[in-house]
Amino acid sequence: MNTFPIGGVHPSENKLSRGTAVETLPLPDEVTIPLAQHIGAPATAKVAKGDKVLTGQLIAEASSFMSANIHSPISGTVTAVDMAVNGQGLRQMMITIKREGDEWVETIDRSTELKRECTLAPADIIAKIKDAGIVGMGGATFPTHVKLSVPPGKKAEYLIINGVECEPYLTSDHRTMLERGEELLTGVEILKKALGVDKAVVGIENNKPDAIAHLKSLVEKSFPGIEIMPLKVRYPQGGEKQLIAAVTGREVPPPPGLPIDVGAVVCNASTTVAVYEAVQKNKPLIERIVTITGKELASPKNLLTRMGTPITTLIEAAGGLPEGEVKVLNGGPMMGRAMCNLASPVTKGCSGITVLSGADASRTAESECIKCAKCVSACPMSLEPYFISKLSRRKNWEAVEANNITDCIECGCCQFTCPAGIPLLDYVRLGKQTVMGIIRARAAAAAKK
Amino acid sequence: MANNFFVAPSPHLHSAMSTRSIMRDVLIALLPALAVSAAVFGLNVLLVAAVSVLSCVLFEFLAQKYLLGGPCTVGNLSAAVTGLLLAFNLPSSIPLWLVVVGAFVAIVIGKITFGGLGKNPFNPALVGRVFLLISYPVQMTTFPKALDNSWLDAFSGATPLAVVKGADNLASVDFLQMAGGNIPGSLGEVAAAALLLGFLYLLWRKVITWHIPVTVLGTMALFAFVYAAATGMPSAALWQYPLFHLVAGGAMLGAIFMATDYSTSPMTVKGAVIFAVGIGIITMAIRLWGAYPEGMSFAILIMNACVPLINKYIKPRRFGVKK
Repeated sequence: MNTFPIGGVHPSENKLSRGTAVETLPLPDEVTIPLAQHIGAPATAKVAKGDKVLTGQLIAEASSFMSANIHSPISGTVTAVDMAVNGQGLRQMMITIKREGDEWVETIDRSTELKRECTLAPADIIAKIKDAGIVGMGGATFPTHVKLSVPPGKKAEYLIINGVECEPYLTSDHRTMLERGEELLTGVEILKKALGVDKAVVGIENNKPDAIAHLKSLVEKSFPGIEIMPLKVRYPQGGEKQLIAAVTGREVPPPPGLPIDVGAVVCNASTTVAVYEAVQKNKPLIERIVTITGKELASPKNLLTRMGTPITTLIEAAGGLPEGEVKVLNGGPMMGRAMCNLASPVTKGCSGITVLSGADASRTAESECIKCAKCVSACPMSLEPYFISKLSRRKNWEAVEANNITDCIECGCCQFTCPAGIPLLDYVRLGKQTVMGIIRARAAAAAKK
Repeated sequence: MANNFFVAPSPHLHSAMSTRSIMRDVLIALLPALAVSAAVFGLNVLLVAAVSVLSCVLFEFLAQKYLLGGPCTVGNLSAAVTGLLLAFNLPSSIPLWLVVVGAFVAIVIGKITFGGLGKNPFNPALVGRVFLLISYPVQMTTFPKALDNSWLDAFSGATPLAVVKGADNLASVDFLQMAGGNIPGSLGEVAAAALLLGFLYLLWRKVITWHIPVTVLGTMALFAFVYAAATGMPSAALWQYPLFHLVAGGAMLGAIFMATDYSTSPMTVKGAVIFAVGIGIITMAIRLWGAYPEGMSFAILIMNACVPLINKYIKPRRFGVKK
């Protein structure tokens, strides 16, 4: 069975909500919509305080090529376009809307019936995806239309759908593949057309045999030309470079190398369903499936949630926080971000909320490095985490750069596996940020000359 | 809602493995060989092992407290591992005061001087053993007879390696007895089968990988095979002679438990293989042409010295750059 070539770890899967069908969360009374919820430039607000908006109406527009549109997830009145505090406690620009009913923009087709046929030209498909504000929903939030716009001189050969979901706990992609298989596969056909490729592979880790069997049977019945590929369970297989290597055997060259350099375009499973809805139903990205999970939650589940819904609403729907010390993560436990403000909203990249409690919530104590080399064998990018982390601690940026720190994908395998409990990734991140700053400054200085 | 929120950067999970759990697994992996040794040489084995472990732990505690400073590291069990490995390198008839001297050299000179666990360039247990071997050669090479050894009786307590130098006497070797531990030697040299059981346990617990032990033993076997062929030994010796070198002396103990010491072995798989090939070659060179019958300890210490160099020049293949 295929998998990526180097490194990786296998944390306990804890997919508590794998067997729980998606429920629809009741509409929130108020939503807050950050203007920056994708990689790239923040969107520009198109509404002002007091404006009436409909569900699905454009409220903020992409401000550059690398940016994304944002639509209102509810109908009601804009009550603020102002700075507000996000999940990490930082202030950023957000639009607040108070809900009045749920009145949708007329052009959106809200029927649940499957619409297979797509007669649009590739450029029109990409334009529709751009209009709908679709970004990578696996967490990276890279604008999808940018991925699909293959630069001149490059050629896409493979479309790879990321159904790996290698993060422990999270099950939103799993449930999407099970419950919305036909829409997903129609989305694959649309993306194939947009890219002009004949090879499409859906990569799924082998711990989701029901999803693999379901999609395989659909492909056999009525979706020829799509391959469903089971993959050996190993974190971080859902990392773009790891998935491409697992499926095609090709390795994306080091930065600034891109997936398209080896002819691959990767799109997350939930994103693919959003593409289907955007192209076939004119529906912008205003809701998503969010896994709300944790060992001490009363009922971990998967919730179809409108964007902008406060995190607390989801936690209450799952039975509320356990007593005592907790860590609430936006995302899964390997790459998610710890939150301090639970009034903050669900955004496009929020695939799950994970609540860690008890001993899981805190870090283990740090002791001396015993040179066990486990971080070196765990690193999927074949870096030497013990070494670059130590160099970063000593602020030896030149050596940090020479040891390829910008290759790091911040998957956390090194720190997960360290028996001495050393916060390797903290220092690697520090080094990576600093070195990327140095590289940018160097490029800017070179451009001036 | 009365909650304290933890915030920290990812990852938020940690594997169950800790320094202490690793060291505990190494101790467990050494137990079968200790039991065989006690069965072969008698209960004195346990006394030597206990004195060695206790003095290593005590020296670590004292040296940490009065020389190095910092938190007490006895709890990570690394000193206990050094103590047991040192005992495995000693004959069971050794005077107990020498065991204490060896433990002092291993922990205080071999380990704490360099800054403690993870910073020592040489395997501490081997530093202790080689110090004793050179300073007290008589006590270190006087081996009690095993309880019941028929085929080696004629050689009165000499180790098989001393008896079989070259092909002479090779025909008299009883491999089953050697694998079972019924031969004279250091505590941990005698039971190849029990050491292999410990190897399997360490592999299963993912404490070590197979690369170093298999490469060391493979290199030694190949070396012995070529030597046997080149010196025109009879055809049966072509497999007997390599096998003899694998089960004799410290080959198993060194390859499985000493060469795999984390701090003193390379950080990459490629580096580890180079390191292991070096150990195999040097061991065989000493065994065949050196003044000592056994060369495993020296070979490991010599290759320990090369580890910083190996780490500097042997880097993993960068992802996305095919050779």
